[in-house]
Amino acid sequence: MPDVGATEPVLLALVGRPDSHTRAVYEQAGGYQALRRAVGELAPENVRELVKSSGLRGRGGAGFPTGLKWTFLPQDHPGPIYFCLNADESEPGTFNNRILMEDDPHQVLEGLILSCYATRATTAYIYMRYEYPLAWQRMQAAVDECYAAGYLGRNVLGSQFSLDVYLHRGAAAYICGEETGLIESLEGKRAWPRIKPPFPAVEGLFHKPTVVNNIETVACVKHIVDRGADWFRSIGVPPDPNNPRDPGSFGPKLYCLSGHVERPGCYEAPLGITVRQLIDQFGGGIRGGRRAKAAIPGGISMGLLTADELDCPLDFAGPGRYGCLGLGTAAVVVMDETVSMIDFLENSCQFFEHESCGQCTPCREGTSWALKMMRRIKAGRGRLIDLDLLLEIADSIGIMPGTTICGLADGAAWPIKNAIRKFRGEFEEYIRRTNPQGCHETAPVPALDLVALH
Amino acid sequence: MSSVREQPAGGAAARVLSEAMIEEIRGYFPRYPTRQAVTLPALHVVNRELRHVPLQAVVEVAELLELAPAQVQDTLTFYGFFKQDAPHGRTRAWVCRSISCALLGGDDLLRHMCRRAGIQPGQTTPDGKLTLEFAECLGACEAAPCMLAGDTLHKNLTTHKADQFLDGLP
Ligand SMILES: Cc1cc2nc3c(=O)[nH]c(=O)nc-3n(C[C@H](O)[C@H](O)[C@H](O)COP(=O)(O)O)c2cc1C
Ligand code: SF4
Ligand code: FES
Repeated sequence: MPDVGATEPVLLALVGRPDSHTRAVYEQAGGYQALRRAVGELAPENVRELVKSSGLRGRGGAGFPTGLKWTFLPQDHPGPIYFCLNADESEPGTFNNRILMEDDPHQVLEGLILSCYATRATTAYIYMRYEYPLAWQRMQAAVDECYAAGYLGRNVLGSQFSLDVYLHRGAAAYICGEETGLIESLEGKRAWPRIKPPFPAVEGLFHKPTVVNNIETVACVKHIVDRGADWFRSIGVPPDPNNPRDPGSFGPKLYCLSGHVERPGCYEAPLGITVRQLIDQFGGGIRGGRRAKAAIPGGISMGLLTADELDCPLDFAGPGRYGCLGLGTAAVVVMDETVSMIDFLENSCQFFEHESCGQCTPCREGTSWALKMMRRIKAGRGRLIDLDLLLEIADSIGIMPGTTICGLADGAAWPIKNAIRKFRGEFEEYIRRTNPQGCHETAPVPALDLVALH
Repeated sequence: MSSVREQPAGGAAARVLSEAMIEEIRGYFPRYPTRQAVTLPALHVVNRELRHVPLQAVVEVAELLELAPAQVQDTLTFYGFFKQDAPHGRTRAWVCRSISCALLGGDDLLRHMCRRAGIQPGQTTPDGKLTLEFAECLGACEAAPCMLAGDTLHKNLTTHKADQFLDGLP
């Protein structure tokens, strides 16, 4: 287990300093030296190799090895190659990308420019969710400063490398964070994720080879070029010797902590710290001295840990060992003993019903029926059989069972699976107590008269 | 649709995009290899100026982007962000209803604000001051419960702060 206090913050080093969002402050702290060195001394394939050997895995949710993703780009392609920087951050519980963009936009941009250099991308679009007005303003100002300084535009720092960066604004839809939904949205269409393959690296934006990476991922690239792959690999968790397919979980990570803790916030620590360490050593413990009941390990899509499972390590392999979907965005949401799991699950179902893009029938209908059932249960008209129906939905939607195009449906399914399987007693007790007459009903029941919110 | 009904009888529909808006939209063309990619930027320009995107604006945006109006309309309706039949209020406020905010009273806050303003989520007050909406996670969960009003993020909301906000609306 990594030592929590062992590392100085790197990604958050400037956050909280006055004017940390300006080029002047960033450069005083050594900013853009990595870019100068890379463009002057390293070939793009050297940067690619460096990132590959660092073991960096994507911070956007799937944890795919970044260097490996970059090698899927066709060799000697005449271009253009596009880079999409995913700043759509909308996973409930997650806000680290916002903090990086607001408080240290140049760190993000230096990482982006280095990543484009490595992948030979000549145009980058930063796809940012609409609801980040300050991040938008700061990133735009930082881009302008970079053009003025010769870090962007034709012949970056006098080299043969040219790069244009444009900000592109979303319109409040979670699915635009899914990489092919993002691409469709950028092209001006509805954000319907594409069937893969072809993967974006082969055929992506405007039918050209495209890299999609997360904000925090490219921020890590900057530090890998600055400090080297060995430095990066000295932080975090090495591969599991018993699992030949585990590439390890290296590097620092930004953990978002919210919910019932004393000090919610964004904290930097090595990959692999436990949920309990995060809550106690960074978050100041559970609010008001209460006890924890459950925690989301990495954004709501990842499912639930019980209070007995808080020693779960937050690395790419950890949450999966506790029946969760994965590490996701490493956004931990803590629920204390006063929280009803019925309320939690209704909230989760409400989110996914609203955000399903509607393209795949199992996802569209599954999320919609799950919410209807949860609302009926909550209103005191639940039947015990509903729990099995909910599990049937959860077990049959998603890319894991192979019934949907994208992973949103898996994210919708996991909270249902975990909540009902880990807290079944509470659900049964609630249904029996609130619907003593009808809880054993198995025949179809009439729908609740729902007061539609929207 | 009011914009259709308001057409002068027998004449062409009144144009709604100003020269300045058209110039701004054209300014996006060099950024993308296709015109269609300018759809969202164009809709945002129109929405910022008119506080909604009436059908007539869709037709005019489509002309600029060399698309069928149905293509622009198709994209627009996917997002649910752009209102079409009437402008939203002078302030558009989004109250978060996702999990971290809900755990700290976000739902109650939205209900309270709706009651005080006399509207349902998605509606605009009769005086045109405020449109209230629910939002999914605003990415500010460390400051839950929260609300984005225009470009201002209101953190750690309480009913007291919400009342002050409502009373101070321009
Ligand atoms: C429903 C859904 C939503 C997603 N939202 C985001 C997001 O907001 N930001 C993000 O970086 N990745 C998001 N992802 C993951 C992206 O598809 C993609 O894997 C990621 O951007 C790749 O970047 P990385 O390799 O640097 O992590 C989402 C995935 C799914 C299935
Ligand atoms: S799984 Fe759901 S969100 Fe993803 S493409 Fe299908 S319908 Fe859309
Ligand atoms: S849950 Fe409300 S801001 Fe994230």
